[in-house]
Amino acid sequence: MSALLITGARPLGGDAVDVLVRDGVVAEIGSGLDAPSDVERLAADGLTLLPGFVDLHTHLREPGREDAETIATGSAAAAAGGFTAVLAMANTSPVTDTAEAAERVLDLGRAAGLVDVQPVGAVTKALAGEELAELALMHRSRARVSVFSDDGRCVHDARVMRRALEYVRAFGGVVSQHSQDPTLAGSAACCHEGELSGRLGLPGWPAVAESSIIARDAQLARHTGSRVHVAHVSTAEGVEVVRWAKSAGIHLTAEVTPHHLLLTQDRLSGYDPTFKVNPPLRPREDVEVLRAALADGTIDAVATDHAPHARHDKEHAFVDAAFGMLGLETAFAVVHDTMVRSGALDLAGLADRMSLAPARIAGLSDHGRAIEVGAPANLVLVDTDGGHTVDAAASKSLSRNNPWHGMSFTGAVHTTILRGRVTASPEESA
Amino acid sequence: MPRHLLSMSDLDAAAIRTILDTATQMHEVQHREVKKIPTLRGRTIINLFFEDSTRTRSSFEIAGKWMSADTINITGKGSATSKGESLRDTVRTIDAMGVDAFVIRHGASGACHQVAGWVDAHVINAGDGTHEHPTQALLDAYTMERRLGSLEGRHVAIVGDLTHSRVLRSNLISLRRLGAAVTLVAPPTLMPSGITSWAHRDGFTVGHDLDAVLGGEGARPVDALMMLRVQKERMSGGYFPTAREYTVGYGLTRDRLARLTDLNPEIVICHPGPMNRGLEISADAADAAQSLVLDQVSAGVAVRMSVLYHLLAGADGGADAAARVPRSAWAGSAA
Repeated sequence: MSALLITGARPLGGDAVDVLVRDGVVAEIGSGLDAPSDVERLAADGLTLLPGFVDLHTHLREPGREDAETIATGSAAAAAGGFTAVLAMANTSPVTDTAEAAERVLDLGRAAGLVDVQPVGAVTKALAGEELAELALMHRSRARVSVFSDDGRCVHDARVMRRALEYVRAFGGVVSQHSQDPTLAGSAACCHEGELSGRLGLPGWPAVAESSIIARDAQLARHTGSRVHVAHVSTAEGVEVVRWAKSAGIHLTAEVTPHHLLLTQDRLSGYDPTFKVNPPLRPREDVEVLRAALADGTIDAVATDHAPHARHDKEHAFVDAAFGMLGLETAFAVVHDTMVRSGALDLAGLADRMSLAPARIAGLSDHGRAIEVGAPANLVLVDTDGGHTVDAAASKSLSRNNPWHGMSFTGAVHTTILRGRVTASPEESA
Repeated sequence: MPRHLLSMSDLDAAAIRTILDTATQMHEVQHREVKKIPTLRGRTIINLFFEDSTRTRSSFEIAGKWMSADTINITGKGSATSKGESLRDTVRTIDAMGVDAFVIRHGASGACHQVAGWVDAHVINAGDGTHEHPTQALLDAYTMERRLGSLEGRHVAIVGDLTHSRVLRSNLISLRRLGAAVTLVAPPTLMPSGITSWAHRDGFTVGHDLDAVLGGEGARPVDALMMLRVQKERMSGGYFPTAREYTVGYGLTRDRLARLTDLNPEIVICHPGPMNRGLEISADAADAAQSLVLDQVSAGVAVRMSVLYHLLAGADGGADAAARVPRSAWAGSAA
């Protein structure tokens, strides 16, 4: 029997309590809890206790690009970021489009043992956007895949998207869509379309390429009675459509990345590919709308779109460099500073957007639970006064495409606990 | 002078004036029997052209050679990604040989900015994607000034495929800094993104009706007309329906030329080349007395000599070059 006594922690920032975890489950909550002397103790005075974070959107690169990230190193980065579960996108090599591929990701995640790694299945074979992948076999596999995405590519053919939505309804699956109409924003599009893209001479990525796909998918979800999830919504226009779809009773959920909540398109003016990401960084006005939408629940969840890349894949001319940036380790700090310190969300709201809501969307019943007796002990302790400056060299990720390097934040993840076991702690990272 | 010339915005009005004044002196070399001055003797200039170019590359090469620099042309077609070598590795490899300057043409916007962060040598942008082509804007200003005098208060209309034009972006900066008024004319599909707010911020005007701009009621008289190349491939991208329709709306046809020269016989016509005769400019216009097309090419050498001089041998450039510290390991261990 394993046990852990957390003392003096403040659940959701409330009054300090002690929490006794036994066999991976919250066994007791109260003041001055007693426990045998051989029980491991974790002094958490001044720290805030939250449900472990859940990331709907990561790229762990294994199999195929183990030079950029492995499931083990990505898991370590996730644990350091306070996550207890992450969804691993399917755009690996080979693509996660079969039950066997999904089980392999699941098993590698279990072997690493730092977070629950839940594979996302491809919607279409080889992400080609043409034929459905073996969606039900992936769902029936040990990996129990229920989130499907061709992320990196949009399922742009309306007929294919319609069939995918219809098909996964049989087992309660959801399609997470990378909303980018490829005829309006092609593969070269890398800068928000507007005055800046005009001045920089970079291929523009207009907001309408996102919002038009969200609108189409919302209509398809209504038509099929299925559930659709909007990955990384990035524009005010996209938010407007999400808000309309929800008001119309359509089963649509949406996520936003930490980088779209803080970084703006101005970062591109020096052509540094560290800031090249898809969808691109947007103007300040969009950032404000995204924050407000996350606060009022129009956007359900924060998801990192953690996208590690080997250095040499970023050292090309801007339009040729790889898309994506790191996000797992800094997500809490960014959301805390942009949403909680600004007063837009309280800590319970942060817990909802980073844990409860994403766990609900992904159907992960062991995660995103209220901190109560009987719940699996998937927890994170955060220090809301943990001022720090991000050092890219200290990252657990194998990659260094870190746009947060040198930025200072007021909140920090302190300790992460997966089923009662500490998976990341300040001692370990020191 | 800045260390690199990556964008026209690297040069303030005084720096532009200095470069144009020196270009006047350099232009005289062109007419000598012995076209050689020792200014850059011992310097090595790499013309690194990732994109095809005839006039810009030969212009830079001649400029370097007349100034006694060792100029070497390296052409690399296709993207570096396809060859597996990163742009950073490519330029650092050449930089490690101890060259003094890179003149770079690249199909990707911003490539020269990135290279400047990776190498010790000076970097001169010879055209990066659809971003900028600063020496073209300098030679355009030089050529127009030779015919018109100061550009202060003059009105320049720029017509053509503006969204894909690096020549436009550099000219917008230099012409405004030299005090000219600028009007852009193109169908909306060939205007750069965000042109309305851009025009408002930088103080130029935008129109879609060429005849209204050139001679409409109450229109400000145009002193210089800059016709930019329109690539026929753009039709497949849906930017305009047919060449015929484009020419009717935006081409400098024989009829338009006649109307223009009636209004203002002193008007000058520029085109950075290569020209699509019959599409954006008629043969009559290209070869008219008002056309500066060949003067532009001629001025290109003088202006590039001036740029090379100021960056490499001018007070700042010379000091920089002398102070350069070899970076390779053996140089360090020998010290």
